[in-house]
Amino acid sequence: MKKLTKIASLALSAVLTATCFAGCGAGGSSNGSSSEGSGSAAIKIGGIGPLTGAAAIYGQAVKNGAEIAVEEVNAKGDLKLELKFEDDENDAEKSVNAYNNLKDWGMQVSMGTVTTQPCIAVSAETESDGMFALTPSASSTDVIEGKSKMFQMCFTDPNQGVASAKYIKDQNLGQKIAVIYNNSDAYSTGIYQKFQSEAETEGLNIVCVKTFTDDSANDFTSQLNEIKASEADLVFMPIYYTPASLILSQAAKMQYAPKFFGVDGLDGLLTLEGFDTSLAEGVMLLTPFTADAKDEKTQSFVKKYNEKCGETPNQFAADGYDVVMAIYEACKKAGITADMSVEEIGTKLADTFTSPDFKIDGITGLGMTWSKNGEVSKDPKGMVIQNGVYVGM
Amino acid sequence: MTFISNLINGISLGSVYAIIALGYTMVYGIAKMLNFAHGDVIMVGAYISYCVTAYLGLPPIVSILAAMVVCTILGMGIERFAYKPLRKAGSLAVLITAIGVSYLLQNVALLIWGSNPKSFASVISFSSIALFNGGLIITAESIVTVIACIVIMIGLTVFTKKSKIGKGMRAVSEDKDAAELMGINVNVTISVTFAIGSALAAIAGVLLCSAYPTLQPTTGAMPGIKAFTAAVFGGIGSIPGAMVGGILLGIIEIFSKSYISTALSDAIVFAVLIIVLLVKPTGILGKKIMEKV
Repeated sequence: MKKLTKIASLALSAVLTATCFAGCGAGGSSNGSSSEGSGSAAIKIGGIGPLTGAAAIYGQAVKNGAEIAVEEVNAKGDLKLELKFEDDENDAEKSVNAYNNLKDWGMQVSMGTVTTQPCIAVSAETESDGMFALTPSASSTDVIEGKSKMFQMCFTDPNQGVASAKYIKDQNLGQKIAVIYNNSDAYSTGIYQKFQSEAETEGLNIVCVKTFTDDSANDFTSQLNEIKASEADLVFMPIYYTPASLILSQAAKMQYAPKFFGVDGLDGLLTLEGFDTSLAEGVMLLTPFTADAKDEKTQSFVKKYNEKCGETPNQFAADGYDVVMAIYEACKKAGITADMSVEEIGTKLADTFTSPDFKIDGITGLGMTWSKNGEVSKDPKGMVIQNGVYVGM
Repeated sequence: MTFISNLINGISLGSVYAIIALGYTMVYGIAKMLNFAHGDVIMVGAYISYCVTAYLGLPPIVSILAAMVVCTILGMGIERFAYKPLRKAGSLAVLITAIGVSYLLQNVALLIWGSNPKSFASVISFSSIALFNGGLIITAESIVTVIACIVIMIGLTVFTKKSKIGKGMRAVSEDKDAAELMGINVNVTISVTFAIGSALAAIAGVLLCSAYPTLQPTTGAMPGIKAFTAAVFGGIGSIPGAMVGGILLGIIEIFSKSYISTALSDAIVFAVLIIVLLVKPTGILGKKIMEKV
């Protein structure tokens, strides 16, 4: 009997130790890719993001979008760019390793990283190295806070939360609102907090707030039960697409069909392998990019992306494209050449980005400008999923 | 109504834990080892089922059978190559080997299927049942899971009580050396145990992913640990104990999520385990085993 409990407790502690290491064990392949810039005079841009793992759709989209931009720039011929993209599996530790690999390769300008948590770690490194970094999609304010050379292409989390609350109010989308968010994740929690405070000032009626954690992102039946009992007609989900896909399928099984409203994390839902896209019908999200926009730049990007990857680009692809384009414009304006040092490029680019006459017309927004703290200013667009594609609202 | 709905969800989740826990408990009862790779056999089962339906386009029932066959072979293979050579070694060595096998399976799955999550299409085709004008929805997956759990439970109990191999299993679990002297082939018995446990793992994997449709190489890890907890909770080595432990664990998990805190639900589950072990070290239905001197 004693032996039995001993074995059991031994085993339990072994399991606990094992789970601690579980995150580090998996994977480890870094898919480096480089678009050849001819000759030695290319400015080296390094990108980091999840090319594998639960957030892989984001990283791959950014990488593809950035590669298209690099090809376009190199075709113009006035400035040569070279891009190398490393995998971090959405893990802060791996991200810093990837950053160090890129530095060994000779990176001069960083695209930061794709997801928030790793970017907080990497931005500390870029800042201490004096390297300029422009992240396509790491949206927490922690990423840019207190850093002079770290900039964002996407909205900050607070902005997304505020914009979502305003949008729901302006469009009168819901009378009773429920929220479900991941309280073990900085991105999700950050958006929720701002949404909550903005909703109060706007007078939105929040009836139910439910949370989950990374470890319990499997079963949502108890949360959905309570949301359903609260008779919410709109569920705000500031979360990533993998748990969102589970929520949608479990809600459908419960025959609960409120409006679902999300932010940029939901982008990627439609490309999840094996996902029944009819479940996402009518899901709304706030995002700065719509693939069906009629302007020439967007159309040409969508066409190129389709040829290269065989799918319609999401917002992350567009962010990746715009990051490279913004870096290119700023390099031209500041007269950056490939033989300059990392610090020199960093200072010049940061000055250019914050100068009042620096404006970028990208595919994720027109007339984008950056403030001294690194935040971008642009307008969000509402989108809704209809017949398996994103349509502007 | 929310309460009943939560209760049903708890029983359904608990039934999956119970089916997985049966694998742990049988192997522990007979081979006196903790097979931590069991959770990952579940994941392999789910992947096989996914591949058969998504890539080969075969009906779900074929995919379940294929998953069972592959997992049975896998389970017996693991036993033959990883555990059998260590039969005489200490229990710690076997435990570490089991954790090693668990990582091996996860990483091989990572190589074969990649780490992008896949959305698993439910193998159950009929739709949910709505009662009280839609006030209470019982999903088809819950019903099938609970029925499967009960059928498997009864089947296994009858098997161990009546069949020749089953009787052999009980004999080996009671006293391996004496059983061997009585002419029972211990190696075959242990092999069969692994085969049954792994086939059950395949069923559990398919049911788990039907209810919670994301599939990635780490899918089996957390349910595996929870099911192990359930097995200890119910009394490791006891077949009805696994069922009771699993279902209680599922209910506790869902209730603590609903009424206490989502963030703390796992902590509460494990706290309950600790309390049960303090009060009743052999688990709820565990037998008091006298140590042989």
